[in-house]
Amino acid sequence: MINETRPRKQSEAVSNMPPAVYLQNITKTFGAVVANDSVDLTVPTGTIHGIIGENGAGKSTVVSILYGFYTADSGSIEINGEPATITNSADAIERGIGMVHQHFMLVPNFTVLENVMLGSEDGFFLRKGKAATRKELQRLSDEYGLDVDPDAVVETLPVGIQQRVEILKALRRGARILILDEPTGVLTPDETDRFFDILRGLRAQGVTVLLITHKLREIMEVTDGVSVMRRGKMVAHKQTSETTREELAELMVGRRVELTTPRIHVDTGPIALEARNLTWHGARGVARLRNVSLILRAGEILGLAGVSGNGQSELLDVLSGIAPVQEGQIIIGNRIINNNTPTDPAELRGLGVAHVPEDRHKRGLVLPFEARENAVLGYHTGPNTGEGRFLSPRALQGHCETLMERFDIRPTNPKLAAAGFSGGNQQKLVMAREIEPEPSIMLIGQPTRGVDIGGISFIHAEIMARKAAGCAILLVSVELDEIMALSDRIAVMNAGEIVGETTRDNADYRQIGLMMAGVSGTGDAGISGMGDTA
Amino acid sequence: MTYLDFLLIFDSALRLATPLILCAMAGLISERAGIVDIGLEGKLLAGAFTAAAVATLTGSAWMGLCAAVASSVFLSMIHGFACITHKGEQIISGIAINILASGATVVASVALFQRGGQTPTLDRDERFSPIDLPSTEALTDIPWLGPLWKELISGHTIPVYIALISVPLIWWLLWRTRFGLRLRAVGEMPAAIDSAGVSVTWLRYRALIIAGILCGIAGAFLSTAHGAGFVREMSAGKGYIALAAMIFGKWKPWSVLAACLLFGFLEAGANRMQGTPLPIVGEIPIEVVLILPYVATVILLAGFFGKAIPPRALGTPYRKER
Repeated sequence: MINETRPRKQSEAVSNMPPAVYLQNITKTFGAVVANDSVDLTVPTGTIHGIIGENGAGKSTVVSILYGFYTADSGSIEINGEPATITNSADAIERGIGMVHQHFMLVPNFTVLENVMLGSEDGFFLRKGKAATRKELQRLSDEYGLDVDPDAVVETLPVGIQQRVEILKALRRGARILILDEPTGVLTPDETDRFFDILRGLRAQGVTVLLITHKLREIMEVTDGVSVMRRGKMVAHKQTSETTREELAELMVGRRVELTTPRIHVDTGPIALEARNLTWHGARGVARLRNVSLILRAGEILGLAGVSGNGQSELLDVLSGIAPVQEGQIIIGNRIINNNTPTDPAELRGLGVAHVPEDRHKRGLVLPFEARENAVLGYHTGPNTGEGRFLSPRALQGHCETLMERFDIRPTNPKLAAAGFSGGNQQKLVMAREIEPEPSIMLIGQPTRGVDIGGISFIHAEIMARKAAGCAILLVSVELDEIMALSDRIAVMNAGEIVGETTRDNADYRQIGLMMAGVSGTGDAGISGMGDTA
Repeated sequence: MTYLDFLLIFDSALRLATPLILCAMAGLISERAGIVDIGLEGKLLAGAFTAAAVATLTGSAWMGLCAAVASSVFLSMIHGFACITHKGEQIISGIAINILASGATVVASVALFQRGGQTPTLDRDERFSPIDLPSTEALTDIPWLGPLWKELISGHTIPVYIALISVPLIWWLLWRTRFGLRLRAVGEMPAAIDSAGVSVTWLRYRALIIAGILCGIAGAFLSTAHGAGFVREMSAGKGYIALAAMIFGKWKPWSVLAACLLFGFLEAGANRMQGTPLPIVGEIPIEVVLILPYVATVILLAGFFGKAIPPRALGTPYRKER
């Protein structure tokens, strides 16, 4: 039950200053899709305000309109109490609005200085502008504690620092209203903490921050007020202190959702898959995996935490037979896979290994193919495609309908191209395909990336159910919350190595976060610091 | 070979490299902005024809040059309209320009002059003449420097000097001005330019205008300075070689200049080797000599000198993502 869905005027008792941002009745359609339907938004000056909603709820559209990327079909914008017409980004910048995009808008081979000055160069000749920007960077660094080396080339910097460059860029252009679109997706927990400190610092200097996210924890941690969007509409405005995660989740989805998947305890069975000392070199001879060993037992979920790009993808590739084993071996039952006895995904599928790839668009689905075709990819020689050597459309149809019903995939149309489904439903389609043959080992990569809350709880429940059925599961995720919610054991990967392993019950959020960031764990808080021996 | 022989080969190399330098600088500025410019060849050819035709009709080499620039910029704008405004495929559009130029120059030439695709031979007044730089006389008697100045540095036509000046100018424009910073950014990450409130479209069009101007000058050089009239297909693949030089020079003005000079030198050397017996092998067939620059192109581009990293957004039209 939802107790309140009507947008409510926010209390503005804080000050009698006009709000930094005041949007009224903003409507925006893309073709037949109504991305924003009469959206209202009030953001008081000098606060951190969250906009939360599922994928496709229209959060990004609202801020894109505010930043001039799109123009609203109707509705009005007031900035600091003055009516504003914002038709392009230059208008927005002029009114003191800055934006940090989800995908950074940085020129990778430019220096920090060049990136920061781009668009506000102070005249035709660069010399003067460079000196001025350098000075300004120093000032901003002093004022907000945003330290960056102005002469570093951006692509050599860690993402956390790149994000700092984005913020500096906005501040350099005089931003007093800062829009942040899903800023923490690329950060480690530790970087996220520091990032929130920066936001609090900005707020203390009177900057208004608009934080777009789908992570409830972040909203609760750092915002003053929060607006919830669902299907293009603003469904509630809340003071953060007066609401709860559960209430926000319910408002986002429109029905009650379980935020935590009930854990099922099963006695672990025998070893289903063992990897010993896997070392793997990438295209230019760079070691992407170093001596990785792990054990998967039946009825157990091993969570592999780590910042994206630390070897998890390569590990999944090697384990699933996509990339060859170079050094070390993989043991499944009595099959030993090493450099001399290579395997391929089809053989592994026969051995009961299912793989849910990290990137469903590139690896999990053929987007232009129909759902029913995607539902048998990799299993197309099996019984679900009808008898004989030819694909039977009727068998495909029936098979896909069954899966769609069981996994609640919508729309229930097997003939719709995979590209036509939402991210969550695409992911469910991949999960359904891989779970249906009842594998004994599952390799699951980023199962809920870009999936909305309702879909997340469904997928988590399915993974848990597989475990209960005795499947051995390797869960790779960059979302530490997800790892914590599902795993029985947790291993942390950094720079191609497994740097620590612990049981779920002894796991410490902060400690794992530090290990993900490459700060070696000291062995307390339950992490056995395998990194220490190196 | 004597010192003077060397100077003469270098002198000839410089002249042969001139259209390459101008076209390569045109390509560089266009590709730095993210637009593939395979249409250099077509623009060069169109420029060559227009320069000769207008010089014949008006009797002025300068009018010819202006007309060449205009026609080349016009083709550049067609390219821009197709690939910037309408987000078309840049290579296809470039090839279309090359085919268009190849056909249109011959058709127009036949229609205007009835000489089987050639323009009438130009008089001295209708061409750019070599200019003697000041103090050539004064330096003549100084050993080494005198001949160097007289044979190599002085005595070229205006377009040769324009080509040489264009290199530092382009470098300065790209690395020392706001326009250049934005231009390089738009070739790497157009979204960064867009979110900075700067027009991606207008930046790219400006890059193409500059490219058009440079190709026009190169065309005028071919028909009204180096040659004395237009001959069909007189660009003879120079636009493509310029493109190769640009890639070989990794999209950096000074390296590209060096690559162009190398190609010019190979061609000059090839010309000189014709009919000259070499030790051991004897006289080399002229065909073999003439293909040397092209063979060199293939070898050099086959990755002998490290991987060239093109601008990241090269070839992809900019779309605002939804």
